[in-house]
Amino acid sequence: MDRAAIIGVGMTRIEGNKKTDTYADMAWEAVNRALEDAGMEMDDIDNVVTTSNDFWDGRTISCMAVGDASGAANKNVSCVEGDGTFGAFYGLTRSLSGSYDTTLVTAHSKGSESVSSLITNAAFDPIYERGLGLDMVSASAMQARAFMHRTGTTQEQLAMVSVKNHGNAMRNPMAQLAFKITVEDVLNSEMIADPLHKLDCSPVSDGCCAVIIANEKKAGKYARKPVWIKGVSFCSDSYHLGDRDLSRSKSLTAAAEKAYAMAGLSNPRKEIGLVELYDAFTYQELMWLEEMGLCGEGEAGKLLAKGAFDADGKFPVNPSGGLLSGHPVIAAGLIRIAEVVKRLRGDENGSGAKIGLAQGTNGLCGQSHCVWILGKDK
Amino acid sequence: MAKRVAIIGTGQTHHKSHRPDVNGQELINEAVKRALQDADLTMKDIDAVVIGNMDHFEGINYVDCWSVDGSGAVMKPIIKLTTGGTTGCTIAIGGYHIVASGLFDRVLVIGWEKNSESDTTGAITTAFDPVWDRLVFAGAISGLAAEAQAYMARYGATDRDGARVSVRDRKHATNNPYAQLRKEVTLEEVLASPMLADPIHLLDVCPRTDGACAIIMASEDLAVKSANKPDWIWATANRHPYSYLGDADYGRLTSMSESSKELYKKVGIREPRKEIDVIELYQPYSFAGLIWIEDMGIVGHGEGPEYVWGGNTDMGGELPINPSGGVISCNPIGATGLIRCAEAAMQVMGKAEGRQVPDVKHAISTGFGGCWWTDMILHGSEKPEY
Repeated sequence: MDRAAIIGVGMTRIEGNKKTDTYADMAWEAVNRALEDAGMEMDDIDNVVTTSNDFWDGRTISCMAVGDASGAANKNVSCVEGDGTFGAFYGLTRSLSGSYDTTLVTAHSKGSESVSSLITNAAFDPIYERGLGLDMVSASAMQARAFMHRTGTTQEQLAMVSVKNHGNAMRNPMAQLAFKITVEDVLNSEMIADPLHKLDCSPVSDGCCAVIIANEKKAGKYARKPVWIKGVSFCSDSYHLGDRDLSRSKSLTAAAEKAYAMAGLSNPRKEIGLVELYDAFTYQELMWLEEMGLCGEGEAGKLLAKGAFDADGKFPVNPSGGLLSGHPVIAAGLIRIAEVVKRLRGDENGSGAKIGLAQGTNGLCGQSHCVWILGKDK
Repeated sequence: MAKRVAIIGTGQTHHKSHRPDVNGQELINEAVKRALQDADLTMKDIDAVVIGNMDHFEGINYVDCWSVDGSGAVMKPIIKLTTGGTTGCTIAIGGYHIVASGLFDRVLVIGWEKNSESDTTGAITTAFDPVWDRLVFAGAISGLAAEAQAYMARYGATDRDGARVSVRDRKHATNNPYAQLRKEVTLEEVLASPMLADPIHLLDVCPRTDGACAIIMASEDLAVKSANKPDWIWATANRHPYSYLGDADYGRLTSMSESSKELYKKVGIREPRKEIDVIELYQPYSFAGLIWIEDMGIVGHGEGPEYVWGGNTDMGGELPINPSGGVISCNPIGATGLIRCAEAAMQVMGKAEGRQVPDVKHAISTGFGGCWWTDMILHGSEKPEY
């Protein structure tokens, strides 16, 4: 891959209900923060990629609502529908294709205006599955059970993810749910879909994130030291849950392996010093870590209990507080990238990591994943 | 350094108003199989997939994930792009950038729609601002009628001028075995057909269609080794401005004039009328065939009708437009822009059979949608000069 870098990031605060903000208001705020971060003017941006989802926004052509606010009115522009990590991937290709040097990528959603059970039910097969009433939470509960059964991961270990991430959020001014809780608090919280308690689930959130990508020619021209894109890969598993081993995520393993290879990582467990991943539910943090080969099978829960993924340790996982502390769908993956960038630059508690990993996902129970490897050095 | 990119295969379904015999995934599969066959490849040769449609027509969320059973993208990278009516052209532009980036060598691009399952106008209406636009002006045909009225008032065009475009495209469609509506009509029949939104008659507009289209794009090395003569992508450009519906300059398509200028500048085209050999225009209703060729710089403002009446845009004319029969003969919305791209590619590759324009060196395909949005691609028979 030709060299490219992330040269600016910006985001809104993640909140449960941004009553006074439209989609455009949120995009405007995030974009201006990213421009300010990069030391750029809107005229320095060659083209724009927005990321949104018509179901979550309740609007057809949902990108219409944010294009102008993202500075796209007189520029080439496109829209990815899916997680922000995928939007950023397309933005990266546009900076490498020879057509544009700098690409602004945004991603937004307002969970407060959405009914997530209906929206995620619409992702199931309309004839065979929708009528069962499945949604993201119930399907993920099945996956959590399958993962726990195969690996021996316990309910308490899941709860520890929640304790850690909500605690980490206390150092993140953008997080929605920052608080100190105990394993008992998680286990005593309302049962949403067995084995997932309320505190095992990410909240409903509003928010927008913006990231500026530049090719090598322009990467060093602005205010910030670039964070280099070392590897990116994405992959989709089968559609029907019954066609997959739900306790596994083959597509995540494949995407991670390819991203490591692109980045030239031979021992990713040692070389990666920071992970921001898509923990929509507690079990996902443990499962995604194992499926990315960042710890052995069935080990993630035990390592977590020993503090191996703590924010101040050698291998921080979701030091920002992750999705459990704020989950604006679609934006969530782009926020993971932004959080890794901030920490590799050293402007947030970064534990001195040189290489970081960001991960996002599309579809039900992690059908399709996108893995980014970012590096402090060229 | 950018890599050159070419289209090396195309495939589409036989488009119909209703395909109750297949579900969406099967519809997609038909187009994908034909594109692979055209390029003499199998799914194993495909590195990544780009897909697009408009969610609210079929009511399926995460279409990229749902579609893999039909597209063959299981355990491959798949990404969804969607921009409304422009989607088909947007995904082709997406395929171009993804291959040009050097990250993938062969990319399959799929556009599809099963409009028979949709409340098309209902779904389109939700695109617009819920407070200011949605209740008064939203949907497709009202905006198009406003454009046509403004154009007629500004330049003195008549509904007969619009009907002439309809007669042309419906005649061209008889040469295209994939088109949905393949019946010649007369000027009188167009003008006598039911009035939908003044001045737009039923025979002036596109139908609702079930259909899919797929193209395969490849990097330079693989394109030259392809079984087909490659269709080289010379340049792409688009504009998607939107504030409120009242902000548009009705009677002109600003996004088209800005995209065209950028496209011509990139490749050094000075006289598009002479240098372009064929256009596949995303023309959802007949009057656009007058107005938008002006914004494209083919003729001056107000000169569209005279140029069209002179037979210049008919098959055999100076600059044939829509040899396929265009959008008023067939409109599976998420696929429509990609069909324009595929048809333009077929013209360059010399594979357009009964609708072939002789000796095509440069073709343009376009997408239209959203709120007066334009996407454009310039195709060429020779490798681009950069």
